[in-house]
Parts: sequence; C-alpha cells; structure tokens
Amino acid sequence: MKMQSTENQCTSVGVRFGKFVFALFLTLFFNNVGIANDNHSSNTNSEDVEHHDAESHEASTHEHAGSHEAAKGFEPGKMIMEHIADAHDWHLWGEGDHSVSIPLPVILYTSEGLSVFSSSNFHHGHSPYNGFKLNHEGVVTWEDETKTDVIYDLSITKNVLALFIGSIFLIVLVIKMARHYAANTGKAPKGIYNLIEPLILFLRDDIARPTIGKKADNYMSLLLSIFFFIFTLNLFGLIPVFPGGANVTGNISVTMVLALVVFITVTISGNKYYWKHIFMPDVPVWMYVIIIPIEILGVVLKPFVLMLRLFANITAGHIIILGFFSLIFIFGNMNAGLGYAVSPLSVAFTLFMSVLELLVAFLQAFVFTLLSSIYIGMAVEEHHH
Amino acid sequence: MQLVTPAIGLVFWMLVTFSILLFILKKFAWGPILGSIKDREDSINQSLSQAEQARNEMAKLQGENEQLLAQARQERDAMLKEAREMKEKIVGDAKSSAEEEAKKVMARASDEINKQKSAAMDELKKEIASFSVQIAEKLLAESLSNNEAQQKLISHHLNELTQKAQA
Repeated sequence: MKMQSTENQCTSVGVRFGKFVFALFLTLFFNNVGIANDNHSSNTNSEDVEHHDAESHEASTHEHAGSHEAAKGFEPGKMIMEHIADAHDWHLWGEGDHSVSIPLPVILYTSEGLSVFSSSNFHHGHSPYNGFKLNHEGVVTWEDETKTDVIYDLSITKNVLALFIGSIFLIVLVIKMARHYAANTGKAPKGIYNLIEPLILFLRDDIARPTIGKKADNYMSLLLSIFFFIFTLNLFGLIPVFPGGANVTGNISVTMVLALVVFITVTISGNKYYWKHIFMPDVPVWMYVIIIPIEILGVVLKPFVLMLRLFANITAGHIIILGFFSLIFIFGNMNAGLGYAVSPLSVAFTLFMSVLELLVAFLQAFVFTLLSSIYIGMAVEEHHH
Repeated sequence: MQLVTPAIGLVFWMLVTFSILLFILKKFAWGPILGSIKDREDSINQSLSQAEQARNEMAKLQGENEQLLAQARQERDAMLKEAREMKEKIVGDAKSSAEEEAKKVMARASDEINKQKSAAMDELKKEIASFSVQIAEKLLAESLSNNEAQQKLISHHLNELTQKAQA
C-alpha cells in the first residue's frame, strides 16, 4: 500500500513537474512550512490533496470551503496555478462553491459537431453538461471517460476575453490618436498622445531603423502592433480586478502566436543573402554537415526563445506577486495572529513587485520588439560579410 | 504541463484577434499616425531650412547695405571735397580779378593825375607867364624903355623858372 502510493505519487509528480517547476522555487519554502504543520495536525500533505482524483478533491474543497482556519485550507501552489492558468470563467471573488465569477461561453468542436453553452452549466466542475465535464485542471473532457475523440475547445476563455478587451482598448486608443493627428496636422500632440508618440518614435528611430535599415518603415506597423499589444496586455495583467488580471502575455499560446508572426515575417522577408547564409555559408564544404543543421536550428530557435522569454517573464512576475500574497495565508494557517503580522510585510513586497512588474511590462514588450526587429534586420540585410 | 502546453482555442482566437488587430491598426492607426509624424517632421525640417535661408539672405542684405553705405559716404566725401575746391577756386578767382581791377583803376587814376598835373603845370606856366608879363608891364610901366637889358634879364629868369617847374 505504501509502495503503491509512493509509485502513484512519483508518476503524478512527473506529470505535474512542468506545472510545478515555475512555482517550485517560491512555494517550496512555504509548502515545507505549511506541510510540516499539516503533517502534524492531519497527516496529509498538500501534494497528496493535489494528487487525489477529481472526486475526492472536490470533496476536500467542500470540506473546507467555508472554514478558512482548517488545517489544509490553503495550498499556495494550487492557488497560484489557478490564477495564472486559463479558465472557463472569470473568477471575481470568494472561493470554492461560494466564489463569484463571470461565466464565459464554452465552444466545443468535436466529431459530433459544434456545441456552445455557458460555462456556468458545469457548476465549477461539479456537474457534467451535454456529455462534457470539466476536469480538476479546468480542461473540458468527455463525461464518458472511455471516449477518445479529440475535442477542439474554442471557448471564449478568460484569456480570450482578456485578449479581446485588451485589443479593443488598444484599437480604440490608437485610432483616436490617429484621428487626433489627422485633425491637428502639423501640430504637437496633446494629452495621452504625448506619451504614445515618444514610444512610437523610440521604436522607429532607436529600434527599427538602426536594426533593419532602409526597409525599416515597411515593418513599422508590425513592430508597433507587437510592442503595443504586449505592453497593453502586460499592463492589463497587472490590474488585479476584472478587466485585467488575466495572464495573457504569460500564456504560451499567446506568445507562440506572436513568435509565429515574427517567424513568418522573417521567413518571408529573408533575401538571398539570408538564405545563402543558412544553406551555403562561407565555410569549407565538409563543415556543411555541422553548420547547416545549426543554422536551421537557429532559425527555429530564435522565435522559440522569443516565445519562452515573454511567457516565462510575465508568468514569473505573476507567480512572485501571488507568492507574496500566499505568505499571509500560509502563516495565517499556522496562527491567525501570525498571518496578520506577516500581512504588512507581504503587502509591501507585493507593492514592490507590482512596481517592478510595471518596468518588466515595458521591458519585455521592448525586448520582444527589439529582438523581432533584429531578426527581421538580419533577414533583409543587403551586404554580405 | 498545462502551463507550457499551447491551448488550441487560445491559439485560434489569438491568431484571429492578432490578425484583425494588425490589419486595423496598420490601416487606420499606424499608417496615418506615422504619416502625420513624418509630415510634421518634414515641415519642421523645411521650416528650419527656410529660417536658415532667411538668415543667410538677411546677412547678405546687411552686407549689401553696409557696402552701399560705405559707397554713399565715399561719394559724400568726394562731393564735399569738390565743393571745397570749387569754393577756394572761386574765392581765388574773385581775389585775383579784384586785384587786377584795382590795379587798372589805380593805373587809370595815376594817368589821370599825371595828365591833370601836366595840365595844371601848363596852366600854371601860362599863369606865371602872364603874371610875369603883368609884373614886367608894371615894372616897365615904371621904367619903360628905360632899360632893355633889364627886360632881357627878367625873361631870362622867367624861362629858367618855368623850365624848373616843368621839370
């Protein structure tokens, strides 16, 4: 029995490793403290709770939904993951069954056709609907677990909605700016546009033109869109309540598409020198065996790194902020007084991190745009060295 | 693993949204904004170069003005000099002609005086001759034919006197 459970735990840990690897550094300490405490009181650790099957997990959340002081009431890793992951509803406040959230439409395309319904039908994952259910990771699966057909989940999830909101905000802002410029030809900008114009000029004069050269102006729309898209959504992600708070730019799907756009642009823009550099580099022919795979790897790796950098930075920022908040509840679980005592420190750290994240929000948008610009510049470079 | 696994739905919506975003922003926002920024930059550059040109023109005009001024001053000096010369010449001329005139007048006056003097001398000589005759007559009347030799002596003296006076 003991062996079995250890084995089970091992595989579970393996599966969950990726999920935990980001939170590990921060939460390990908290977990240990918390777990040590838990072990004494209830002989269960938080990972065990994590790895229970969905039903017992639900049961456990039922148990301590209302009672915060319960020994195993707070799991920082789980809380953080829930906050940074995508969801089928937009959680506002409360927890467990008492939570208040905005239900979002679920759109599923399967071999059986399209089915569209509100995510509130799942009742926070407790009840299946229409032959589908929400598993404990928040992923829609078949109610009948033997079914293996692929489900294309095109739901308007939290991140999709945040994406829409951020994009609409950006479009409205920038189109208003364009109108303002059209109405005030040749005059200096006013108000918020005074803030945006230096960014535009910075991108044009200090990023695009030096790295791309003569053709820079052709890529300005793309670079500006990428920059402002990332910047806007980074900032929206820092707002803790409804229109913000979603971890959009810290989601690998979003950064993947952005990196893909850059990859496609670079590939289309690549001139003969670019391709020659990859497939016919100026090295002895026998070295082609080594060089060409490396060059091809480089071509793929560049956008891949773009994708990972943005994703990891923004996600890490969210994790750290949430980690500091978790401190309050970890200590609160040990002793209510301790929780109160830690909270000012925790708030101070969170505030500090939030301010740092404002910088990171700009920095990551800037780095992504700069590197995209450099990659495009490498693809369109005329002379060959 | 869910964290690092791209979700098909989000990828799909992101592709759709970002494509639309890119299209709309390019067409309605970045294009016009970059265009008007470029226009403004151009107009600023143009204005600056125009100002530069104007300044150059101004400097050129100023140079010309100074040149003109210098020329005018030179001309004025020349005119003044000429006038002074002319004045001197006129004064000199007037002086010399006046002197000449004065000399002529003087010469005429001395001629006249000489003439008058000689006429007066002649008159005097005649007068004196008649006086002498009268004196002689008186003397003669007293001693007429008395002494011819005395008469001769008297005339002889008279002649001497007139000659002396004429000389």
